[in-house]
Order: sequence, then C-alpha cells, then structure tokens
Amino acid sequence: MPASPRKPAAPLTALRAFGPVLGLTPGVACAETMPQLDFGNPYLLWQVVWGAVIFLVFYVILSRSALPRVASVLAARRQCIESDLEVAHRARDEADRAVDELRRARHDAAAQAQANIDQVVQEARRAAERQAHEMNQRLAADIAKAEERITASRQEALARLPEIATEIARPLASKLLAPAGTQVGDETLSAAVRTSLSKAA
Amino acid sequence: MESGSKIDAFSQFELHPVLGSMGAALHLSQSPVYMAAAALLVLAFLFVGMRPRAVVPGRLQAAAELGYDFIHQMAVDTIGPKGTTFFPFIFAIFFFILAGNYIGLVPYSFTFTSHIVVTCAMAAAVFIISILVSLRYQGLHFFAHFMPEGVPILLAPLLVPIEILSFLSRPVSLSIRLFANMMAGHVLLEVFAGFTIMLAGLGMLGSVLAVAPIALNVALTALELLVGVLQAYVFAILTCIYLREAVAH
Repeated sequence: MPASPRKPAAPLTALRAFGPVLGLTPGVACAETMPQLDFGNPYLLWQVVWGAVIFLVFYVILSRSALPRVASVLAARRQCIESDLEVAHRARDEADRAVDELRRARHDAAAQAQANIDQVVQEARRAAERQAHEMNQRLAADIAKAEERITASRQEALARLPEIATEIARPLASKLLAPAGTQVGDETLSAAVRTSLSKAA
Repeated sequence: MESGSKIDAFSQFELHPVLGSMGAALHLSQSPVYMAAAALLVLAFLFVGMRPRAVVPGRLQAAAELGYDFIHQMAVDTIGPKGTTFFPFIFAIFFFILAGNYIGLVPYSFTFTSHIVVTCAMAAAVFIISILVSLRYQGLHFFAHFMPEGVPILLAPLLVPIEILSFLSRPVSLSIRLFANMMAGHVLLEVFAGFTIMLAGLGMLGSVLAVAPIALNVALTALELLVGVLQAYVFAILTCIYLREAVAH
C-alpha cells in the first residue's frame, strides 16, 4: 500500500512547500518552486504587457461609459428626491398658510361674535334704561296729577271752610243767645266767622 | 497538485500558453485571460446592474451603486475635491484587484494578483502616476518634500536619503503586500487540500480524519474572501493617499 510511507513525509514536504511564504527555507528552494520568479518563462513578463492593455481598456470603458452611467442614475435620483422634497415643502407651506388663514378667520369670527354680543347687550341695556325712564316719567306725571288733585281738593275744602264754620256756628250761637232772646243775623255771623278765620290764618 | 509524497503548492502559479499557436505567438497565458475575465466581470456587474436605471434600485443595481458610492466616497474623502478626477482610476484599481482575487478563489482557476510582476506593474503605475501628478500640481516644489520643513540644514545629508528611500519603497511595499497575501492564501489552501488527499489514502481512519483539513479549507476560504477585499481596499486607499500627497500644496 503506497499510503503508509507517505504519512511521515507529509509534514516535512508541506513545510518545504510552505517554507518560502514564511521565509523558512533558503532562497534556492524558492527559485526552484516559485513560478512567479521564473523569468526564463516569456509568459511571465508578457503578463505585464497584456495586463497593461487590459487595464487600459478597462479604465477607458469605465471612465467613458460605465461610471458616467452610474453617476447619471445617481444624479437623476438626487434630482428626483430634491424635486419631491421641494413639492413636499411647498405643500407644507400651503398647508401652513391655510391653517393660518383658518385660525385668523376663526379669530375674526370670534371677535365679530363678541362685538355682536356686546352690541345686543348694549341695546338691551339702553332699551331697559329707556323703559325705566319712561316709567319714571309716567309715574312723575301721575304724582303731579295726584298732587294737583290734592291741591284742588284742599283749595275746595278751604273755600268751603267759612260756610261750614258758619253752619256750625249758627246753632251754637242760637243756643248760646236763645236764653237772652237775642237773634243773630246770618250776615253778622258769617262776617264774624270770616274775621276769626282770617285771624287764625 | 499532488505527486508522489510531495505537495506541489506552487504549480498552481505556473503560466501555461492558451489558445494554441496563436496564443503562443501572442505570448498569451491563462493569466491575461483571467485579467480580461475580471475586467469583463466588473463591467458586466456595472452595465447589467445599472440597466434598469431605476429610482428605487433592485438588488444588483443597489450593489453596483454601493460599489460606486464606496469608492467615490473614499476617493473624495482621501484625496479631497480633486478626488473626482482620479475616481475612475481608483475604481478601476480596486475592482480589478478585487475581481482578480475573487476569481482566483474559484477552484481550478488562476489568481493573477499572486504574480509579483503583475502587482509590481500596478504599483509602478500608481507610483509613476503619483509622481507625474505631483509634478503637474506642484512643479519643482515636489522635490522639497524630500527635505522636511523646519529641519536644520545640517541634518539634510541624513534626512534627504532617508526620505528618498522611504518614497522609493512605496511601490515595493505596495506590490509585495498584495502579492504575498494572495500567494500565501493560495499556498495554504493547496497545502490543506493536499493533506486531505494524503489522509484519504490512509484508509478508513484517514478518510475520517481527512474531514479536518476540508473544514479548515472552508474556514480558510472565508478568510481569503476577507483578505481579497481587504488587500484590494488597502491597495486602493494607499493609491488615494499617494495621490493626495501629490495634489496637496
């Protein structure tokens, strides 16, 4: 079986193969085992020529076509987002303005309502005042009329006073003077009453 | 892959002629074919993805836009306002390397980024372009960078060579980082795959034990997916940083 002699050799050969990477083995081993340093192979340096050509073509296609394409898409997106943002900003401004208008309108309406209420209250107060005034006037007129009537009654009463006093005085005088047999005339009596009344007044 | 008692972890990097005699005449190996495949894959990704041109993108379009935005952001953030000029270059570098790394993870395929000459050529291109951009934007003032400001003139003989050396080491580190990462990953995958075959040859117990390297290879593949995108990102961001220094005043 070929497997058994391999086993002990494996770590050693692995180390030898792996050595150049770690710098463990001398340079001779490197030169033998590294195709990257085999400068006798013409393909090694031709890689550089081909690599330069391929990289140059790659660079030109990238810088002329591929990358501008990506850039244009990104720019278009940025523009799209910016214009959308602008529209949104405008809409928000409009909404703000509308809200302001609404608030102002509501404020105006409230002020108007308050003014209306004030006016109504004022009018009601004025009407009440007027009514009270009229009532007072009417009452004052009634009072004046009543006082007039009182004055008239008093005047009348005062005018009839001498007559009544004479009426009262006649029986009194006749009763007082009857035993003496003296008669008093009406004119004398009324003159005496009038004289005493005017004295009393 | 595995011959006799030896795991041949490096034959996967060998270059073979393709397309018969015409390919041989053009010195065409499988490596340029995979480069072209990587480039076509990226282009197809963009062209097919962006075909709907939808305002609300679908999955593929969203992915294409994500890739575009990611690199664009990186280029503009790192390089500055002039980043848009270099953006296609950064995009090409990043996605070329990324597609190359990922295509290489498909079994039986080839990873062109595991060849030092390829990564070296790309790093050299970045290096030369950054020097040309420096000269274009800064003129001769570019050479003043080798002498840091506010340093006593006495230190110049020491500092200027150090600065020049660190500047020259940029393409070296850039190329070796990518190459070494990709090669190490693929060698590891090959080695563990070889273990599986060896253990399977040991009979019943070996077949059971052979599951372990397979599980490890699954984990390693996940790691390689991470390394693939990470190395592409590192290459691209370093390119951005070099270009920023080039355009800065």
